[in-house]
Amino acid sequence: MTGTHTDESTVTLPAARGACPFAPPPAYGEARRRSPVSPMSLWDGTAVWLVTGHQQMRTVLLDKRFSADARVPGFPFLSPGRKQLLTKATPSFLRLDDPEHSRLRRMLTGDFIVKRAEAQRPQIQRIVDEVLDRMTGHGSPADLVRDFALQVPSRVICLLLGVPYADHQFFESQTSALVDLSTPPEEIKAAMAELTGYLTRLAERKRREPDDSLLGRLVARGELDEAECAAMGMVLLVAGHETTANMIALGTLALLRHPEQMARLRAEPSLMKGAVEELMRYLSVVHFGLPRAALEDVEIDGTLIRAGEGVLCMLSEANRDEALFQDPERLDITRDARRHLAFGFGVHQCIGQPLARAEMQIALETLLRRLPGLRLAVPYEELEYRTDKAVYGVRELPVTW
Amino acid sequence: MRVGVDRDRCCGAGQCVMSAPAVFDQSESDGLVLLRQGWAGSAVRGDVELAVALCPANAISVEDDAGKA
Ligand code: HEM
Ligand code: SF4
Repeated sequence: MTGTHTDESTVTLPAARGACPFAPPPAYGEARRRSPVSPMSLWDGTAVWLVTGHQQMRTVLLDKRFSADARVPGFPFLSPGRKQLLTKATPSFLRLDDPEHSRLRRMLTGDFIVKRAEAQRPQIQRIVDEVLDRMTGHGSPADLVRDFALQVPSRVICLLLGVPYADHQFFESQTSALVDLSTPPEEIKAAMAELTGYLTRLAERKRREPDDSLLGRLVARGELDEAECAAMGMVLLVAGHETTANMIALGTLALLRHPEQMARLRAEPSLMKGAVEELMRYLSVVHFGLPRAALEDVEIDGTLIRAGEGVLCMLSEANRDEALFQDPERLDITRDARRHLAFGFGVHQCIGQPLARAEMQIALETLLRRLPGLRLAVPYEELEYRTDKAVYGVRELPVTW
Repeated sequence: MRVGVDRDRCCGAGQCVMSAPAVFDQSESDGLVLLRQGWAGSAVRGDVELAVALCPANAISVEDDAGKA
């Protein structure tokens, strides 16, 4: 294993955020301005490389000599709980390298093509409308996180997988335990077991009673054993639920704090596609850095990364690299933000991105259109943020309309 | 310019279809890239260049009309 960096400029992760809740920790930006690949240390003192430059991050994430497999020496773990979670016996394809990664990923790519996400828009619109009907039906104020943002992706993923709606509540409580960095390892293990057991039983049921859901078709291919089917379901649930939910809630807050841009978006809904890309760039909710481990010695932009050393690709910094984005600290829904790396890069780049985009665009468009008086129900200064979670966001967002 | 794709590298992320829908498509069965046309005129040149920049798997290649990359 690697030792600790002796450089006094070492950054410890996760670094504290500054005054603006939308901006990443200032220490990461300082690291980027010093060097796009810089030394840092983890909670247990392990040395890793912090990658912050846009070009350098693309290079690392494209290079097969960097492994996404958590069982590889030097793979950086963000907490004891994550170590437990990620070194379990059957990793999902998120934590496998090619060719095994691509064998599994390609069983799903047909379900996530752009055309299919476009075709699912009417169903997503219906889900968004139903969730909003229920929220407004209960009267204001409401918590936009719990009553809207978490509901929409949960229902979309359940629809996709063919999970019965009666089990949704169970899913939300278990998946939030999984992504909470303060959950003790035993509880993470218990939540994993609950969900994996449930998905295994659901897969068995779909083997007996085939349906046209993603999980139903996956089972029907007959290429996966039960554990692999459950792992597929798990990665979709965990990867697609809180990410999209936090983008919807934090995105709404960012617009509420930029009222002139929110008004513009209301008046010109055709700006929504670009606005969602800019919100992805500006908020970069996957905020602890994508972890990789070097399988061989690799030189990145003059820095030698040795075999067995870990790297963390800090997406929020690539998305604020002045080489690509002018005045990056400013939210500007009219800028061309499409080169952001908020969905990652390389062969692991988010498989769910066409669906996530459709969900975010429809959710935000519907909120702005149907709730013209949407505003915070508490002082902005009282809001609390998910600094300790793998997916950043606002904990609660009390709103009125 | 001439456009080529490498389906072995493609990871089905769909960035190409979003950037240049006139040139790229995705197969409904395996989700991987398909070419609608192997040649891109000046009207879609910028779109194809964006697709090359956004493709996360380095699966798209272009060659300009003079024959060099
Ligand atoms: C705005 C919402 C979302 C964000 C910000 C997001 C972000 C990301 C990122 C950064 C990665 C790359 C991880 C890495 O390289 O280590 C990723 C991968 C992935 N995402 Fe998403 N995601 C979102 C929505 C979704 C949705 C809706 C789904 C599915 C329903 C999904 C499924 C996946 C899967 C399966 C992977 C692993 C792909 C692979 O390893 O090949 N994501 N996502
Ligand atoms: S952008 Fe690249 S990886 Fe994605 S579908 Fe197109 S060719 Fe394949």
